[in-house]
Amino acid sequence: MIKREAVVIGAGPAGLSAAIEAAKRDADVLLIDESLKAGGQLFKQIHKFFGSSAHRSGIRGIDIGKELLEEAKKYGVEIWLNCVATGLFKEKKIAVEKSLDNQNKTAEIIKAEKIVIATGASENAIAFEGWTLPGVMGAGAAQTMANIHNVLPGEKILMIGSGNVGLIVSYQLLQAGAEVVGVLEAAPEIGGYGVHAAKIVRAGVPIHTSTTIVEARGDEKNGVKEAVVCDVDDCWQPIKGQEKIYEVDTITIAAGLKPLMELARMHGCRCDFIPQLGGWLPLHDKNMETTYPGIYVAGDSAGVEEANTALEEGRLAGVAIAESLGYIHSNKASSIKNEIWNRVDGLRLGPFGESRLEAKEKIIKTFQ
Amino acid sequence: MALLKNGYISLSELKNEKGYPSEERFNEGPVAVIECIQEIPCNPCVEACDFGAIEIEGPITDKPKIIEDKCIGCGKCIAKCPGLAIFVVDKTHSESFASVSFPYEFLPLPDKGMEVEAVNREGKVVCQGEVIRVINNKEFDRTPVVTIKIPEDKFDVVRGIKRRKEK
Ligand SMILES: Cc1cc2nc3c(=O)[nH]c(=O)nc-3n(C[C@H](O)[C@H](O)[C@H](O)COP(=O)(O)OP(=O)(O)OC[C@H]3O[C@@H](n4cnc5c(N)ncnc54)[C@H](O)[C@@H]3O)c2cc1C
Ligand code: SF4
Ligand code: SF4
Repeated sequence: MIKREAVVIGAGPAGLSAAIEAAKRDADVLLIDESLKAGGQLFKQIHKFFGSSAHRSGIRGIDIGKELLEEAKKYGVEIWLNCVATGLFKEKKIAVEKSLDNQNKTAEIIKAEKIVIATGASENAIAFEGWTLPGVMGAGAAQTMANIHNVLPGEKILMIGSGNVGLIVSYQLLQAGAEVVGVLEAAPEIGGYGVHAAKIVRAGVPIHTSTTIVEARGDEKNGVKEAVVCDVDDCWQPIKGQEKIYEVDTITIAAGLKPLMELARMHGCRCDFIPQLGGWLPLHDKNMETTYPGIYVAGDSAGVEEANTALEEGRLAGVAIAESLGYIHSNKASSIKNEIWNRVDGLRLGPFGESRLEAKEKIIKTFQ
Repeated sequence: MALLKNGYISLSELKNEKGYPSEERFNEGPVAVIECIQEIPCNPCVEACDFGAIEIEGPITDKPKIIEDKCIGCGKCIAKCPGLAIFVVDKTHSESFASVSFPYEFLPLPDKGMEVEAVNREGKVVCQGEVIRVINNKEFDRTPVVTIKIPEDKFDVVRGIKRRKEK
């Protein structure tokens, strides 16, 4: 069994910043990620990030990822890529499958004093007739194809969902050269930021609110050929006779994300259902520590938000770990953490942030 | 709000915002128009301006606004805004023409002198335009800024061009 002071699972913005903050203060940190490249969502985000200038906004996600990776290297974070944490067992033991190509696969058990779960989120699916046809995919999958693998997922695309993910991925599919025939939203109002909506509308993509998809038509061999869409009533039920048909070869679904929290649950960390933050997630305190001492959670796996909040939550966990391992005096640690909390609270203001602020406050209260 | 229903701001919605340049200011020369009317956690536009002409008064989620007397219409803020929501409008371009500068992150880029189809906030073609400048420097970090010349009366309507298709 391998032993480590701190193990961070997931190398997105949350995991990277947790690892950096702990390693910076001399903790010995191992960071593992199932992908071939660290950075999580960041390397798919070719757009300039919104957020505060203090959070490197106005800079593209890919470039933020590069900076974080360099910093992690500078402070001596050990990184294992192509490794998936398959289980979390009592007394902080992590089961890891190393090297995911089948030939050289090995299994390791790591005993860690501190663990950060920073596994991000997974996409929600929606089911409709024909949804298993080739060509129906998550918006995240389409984004990975276009931006990581340089493969256009389709020529004519219909996007379902107008949250920021649906809007931004639509924009990036246009940039990649596809035609996006429209964005559908079942709710009466667009879910994402107006500025993101406005830039795709200006580029010629209509957004249809109070509209949903009812059927994907095509066949298993050639994939999607048509999408049948329909207006919905106040209860989100399709209004008969209002169907419309789009000729498309791809249907992408951006119906929200939910925290990837299975590892926390497996270890018995208490979880709660918080709809404003994407669903089931591990409860945590102001140090991002779960109900099991020594296990922390940060980023989208602690409630789906944004890269900026993920970075800050990761920092909180990293500082708290350095503190409890005795690498930093608690007075110093609390003043750093207070600064971070002030910044995070600032990010959770306004009509888009308020419900998340409330939910996060409730989580911390419930915890106590 | 039209923005939430259809995804674009109506002109009257925009004109109701604090910081929308006054008629006098438009008549004086190039000025930035910020079309960012929701309280979102974002502020790089403030730092982008060397003249202190963009202000977010309270917390980061407050809406940005132009201080019209400080803005010289240099256009530096256009490429810095991740929402691609800032435009520079010059109503005084020439006798009967105005110019509009906007971010354009699609390939192929238009060339100077090219005749283009100018679109409004809704993405609809409203008139023809002529490309008079394309800036794609390092500082803009891969957000090219295109300036087109359009009939003067379209200065508060035109906000982009129809995407060009690769041949
Ligand atoms: C289309 C889109 C646009 C966005 N635009 C913005 C924006 O403009 N501004 C902004 O602030 N935010 C934006 N975001 C949100 C932002 O990307 C996420 O909130 C952020 O990446 C969350 O960070 P994270 O570290 O929690 O998770 P992630 O970035 O998802 O990283 C999680 C990592 O964990 C790894 N992992 C998961 N499970 C395991 C396991 N069992 N073992 C090993 N590794 C594992 C994954 O491979 C991944 O690398 C956008 C998101 C999307 C999808
Ligand atoms: S156009 Fe120039 S002066 Fe005016 S707000 Fe933008 S950066 Fe500032
Ligand atoms: S940078 Fe752009 S999107 Fe962000 S607040 Fe300023 S105008 Fe709005």
